[in-house]
Amino acid sequence: MLEKTIHEVSADLKAKKVSSAELTKAAMDYLEEVEPKVQAFITITRDEALKQAAEADKRLASGKDITPLTGVPVAIKDLLCTKGIRTTCASRMLENFKPPYNATVVERLYQAGAVSVGKTNMDEFAMGSSTETSFYKKTKNPWNLNCVPGGSSGGSAASVSADQAFASLGSDTGGSIRQPAALCGIVGLKPTYGRVSRYGLIAFASSLDQIGPFSKDVEDCAIMMNTIAGHDPNDSTSANLPVPDYVAEMKKSIRGLRIGIPKEFFPEGLNREVSVAVKDAIAKLQSLGAEIVEVSLPASPYGLAAYYVLAPCEASSNLARYDGVRYGLRETGENIVEMYSKTRAAGFGSEVKRRIMLGTYALSSGYYDAYYLKALKVRRLIKNDYDKAFEKVDVIATPTAPNPAFRFGEKTGDPLSMYLEDVFTVSINITGLPGLSIPCGMSKSELPIGLQLIGKAFDEATLLRTAYAYEQATPWHKQKPSLRED
Amino acid sequence: MALSEKDVQYVAKLARLEVTDQEVGKYTQQLANILDYVEQLNKLDTTNVEPLTHPLDVKNVFRPDVVKPSLTQREVLSNGPEVQSGHFKVPKIM
Repeated sequence: MLEKTIHEVSADLKAKKVSSAELTKAAMDYLEEVEPKVQAFITITRDEALKQAAEADKRLASGKDITPLTGVPVAIKDLLCTKGIRTTCASRMLENFKPPYNATVVERLYQAGAVSVGKTNMDEFAMGSSTETSFYKKTKNPWNLNCVPGGSSGGSAASVSADQAFASLGSDTGGSIRQPAALCGIVGLKPTYGRVSRYGLIAFASSLDQIGPFSKDVEDCAIMMNTIAGHDPNDSTSANLPVPDYVAEMKKSIRGLRIGIPKEFFPEGLNREVSVAVKDAIAKLQSLGAEIVEVSLPASPYGLAAYYVLAPCEASSNLARYDGVRYGLRETGENIVEMYSKTRAAGFGSEVKRRIMLGTYALSSGYYDAYYLKALKVRRLIKNDYDKAFEKVDVIATPTAPNPAFRFGEKTGDPLSMYLEDVFTVSINITGLPGLSIPCGMSKSELPIGLQLIGKAFDEATLLRTAYAYEQATPWHKQKPSLRED
Repeated sequence: MALSEKDVQYVAKLARLEVTDQEVGKYTQQLANILDYVEQLNKLDTTNVEPLTHPLDVKNVFRPDVVKPSLTQREVLSNGPEVQSGHFKVPKIM
């Protein structure tokens, strides 16, 4: 039962084949059974989940106001505020932080009747591509427990891949939904900037951050989007635009759809297995009626360099709030500056400190123009490239990550080698466009490979449609990890 | 633009981060590597290019100035590391 999708289990709940209480108890038991292997959660909320399940059962019995998520267990990344439930951002800084309110996306899941099983592990303050910078634990890749799940939303990806939850929420600032989705063999969507409210998301880089879903298949992704997308007065950057019914849109044909292939995303030296799997996927889309068009995004190879100026600059400003005064850790000091400095030294891990210092440096007097302003101009050039490409095509297809899952410790010694994990994903955050990762193959060592589909602003519907057509014609989403070591 | 240990100490002070000598050495090396990588941005000609600060073309968003329910003082103070008589308490400033 736990290996089912949301649309399958939701039908069972509606048909009274199973109650949400039974489903949730089974999900929690299994979650706890495999958790010593997967380590996907920072906080498990069994009691709250069982209470929510009882409420969902009342709603299911009444037959009124039932949504596809009513009674379905889901997981939430530990940087989304949950009222009264600690929200750590995987940092020592917020070890005991209990938010006084819910993030808008959490509120929407609750209103739909979803059951939250717990808060998932991540890179500290979402800074990382392997979930290894968490203060609490190292989440394992369910396909090979010796490998990382990707990051920063590694716990959200691993929990869905391992059937600990039917779906989950993550956040994506430079690839943090799409890359772990690719490495864990599931579907992950970063919506257009502004499509989903960021209210109650603990900020990393505010012009790049976006919340989105992880799911076992494309239909579940559409179901999650139908629940979380839409305008929110509490987030002044949330877009006041109509939201289509993604489940209905997804089922339309892709015949005649124009898919762009940017040569810059297939550089020499790209991992061969990734290159072959992605090219096969493109051929499959062509056989399904899509037209393949070559496009060029000449400034996009500079996206990573621009990102590693812009994101640390925004982070250095956002993370100034952790000063030991209103919430979080407090160390003692003789005066206030000493208290700040000792608190921040003790509360942040080394990757977070590195990025705060990088951002502070790039914004400091004398360097602002050379780094921050330059990066913002490059950001414009990158966006111009995409605008031009999207005059000719409806969707752009690329690899999600440059290689399948890597091993623990492989990239932690050299920060730059870890940053290169985001090379195919960052330009989508820089431009604010939507991007989806869908499983498209398996390496020889049985590690999943992801295809990235990039869409026009606010056109998640076409991404889901393309992904759904591909999924219907391929077996990848049906494969399950074995939670093995190598 | 070579980065020195003195730069890193200065930046750590600006960022209110206490760092050990050992950390200064490590961060100097790592930040210098990252800045070297970032240098490639200079290969792109950005003369007359407008900076793009934000992906959405939104300007100031206003709402009517109407009082609405908000968090109570107790809720707001509930996560304070040190709280006294309805205030956050801090060490001496002057």
